[in-house]
Amino acid sequence: MTTYHFRSDADVKDTLRQFIIRSINLPELADDDDLFESGLVTSLFAIQLMTFIEKTYGIEVDSDDLDIDNFRSLNSASAFVLKKSTANAS
Amino acid sequence: MNIKRVAVIGVGNIGIGAMTDLVLHGIEAVGIDVTEGALRRAEEAIMRNVRFAPAISKSVPKLPKTRVQELMTLSTDLTRAASCEFIIENVTENWEVKKSLYERLDAIVPEGVCFGVNTSCISITQVGAVTRRPQDIIGIHLMNPVYMKPTVEVIRGFHTAARTLETLRTLFRQLGKQAILVEDLPGFVSNRISHLFMNEAVFVLQDQVATAEQIDAIFKQCFGHTMGPLETADLIGLDTVMRSLDVLYESYHDSKYRCCPLLRKLVHAGHLGRKSGKGFYNYPEI
Repeated sequence: MTTYHFRSDADVKDTLRQFIIRSINLPELADDDDLFESGLVTSLFAIQLMTFIEKTYGIEVDSDDLDIDNFRSLNSASAFVLKKSTANAS
Repeated sequence: MNIKRVAVIGVGNIGIGAMTDLVLHGIEAVGIDVTEGALRRAEEAIMRNVRFAPAISKSVPKLPKTRVQELMTLSTDLTRAASCEFIIENVTENWEVKKSLYERLDAIVPEGVCFGVNTSCISITQVGAVTRRPQDIIGIHLMNPVYMKPTVEVIRGFHTAARTLETLRTLFRQLGKQAILVEDLPGFVSNRISHLFMNEAVFVLQDQVATAEQIDAIFKQCFGHTMGPLETADLIGLDTVMRSLDVLYESYHDSKYRCCPLLRKLVHAGHLGRKSGKGFYNYPEI
């Protein structure tokens, strides 16, 4: 029997928010804060974030996903994780 | 004529970045380090960087894994450098380690091959003096992330030949980089100034004038810097910053370069910054 772990948008955002806040020493991060445009993170951190998402959620950021817009904010990163998790489960 | 194969000696953070840059530009990269563990970490990081880099920069090609494997070689055997057309050296900022390495490289690598010395503070002329090819030695101060930096501080040693500079310019053209050429005194431009910032920031923290977060926030929010001095020190590695300050102090005998005791204490405690998970800040494991 295959067991699928349900991931909610709120759970994913909470996990990613904690990771980002701890990594770049932010006091807070809103769901729609633009990480890159605001200069909150460096390009090095973008790679750390993609690595964290792959390892935490067991999904692969493949060639077609290599668009920084997928990781621009908590809203977009969570949507990406949920979309890839659904694709993996189906 | 283009350069086809480059040796990268020392595959820590900067070496990994240099190898990533070479591979992304279709140049064969031969990475050499002293332990298998370092090579494994480097391989994983280079594969990850090459895979994710196109998300950060549209101009970076999406390379299949097989192509990356074709272009990348990792070894503990220094003699693999003998077949390379240019050497980039990034070993630890320790004169005894560099001296011993350059003596060996000089004997292994054919005459006329240029050595790019990647150092924070050690004099390029001093490196040249331990080889039979001081004219072929040039300083290249690579910074993180190497493959995203379009400009590099380049240092001309006392004996560096015009031909050597031209060879480096050829490599940089292939990598899409430009050089800012400066003269050789320890610390050059960047580190002679930046390490004063970082060291004084640690003194300010030690004196409890402000928290680490406040110090960095003033640099980012008031000066408009991308990163604050303590975050930068964590990224470079506190041990590297401490060693660089020691080299600057030893070179100039000027008290302005004396290493802050708190910085030395953190290094002795194993708090080396991002690479150890703890420095002025804590970093989550990935």
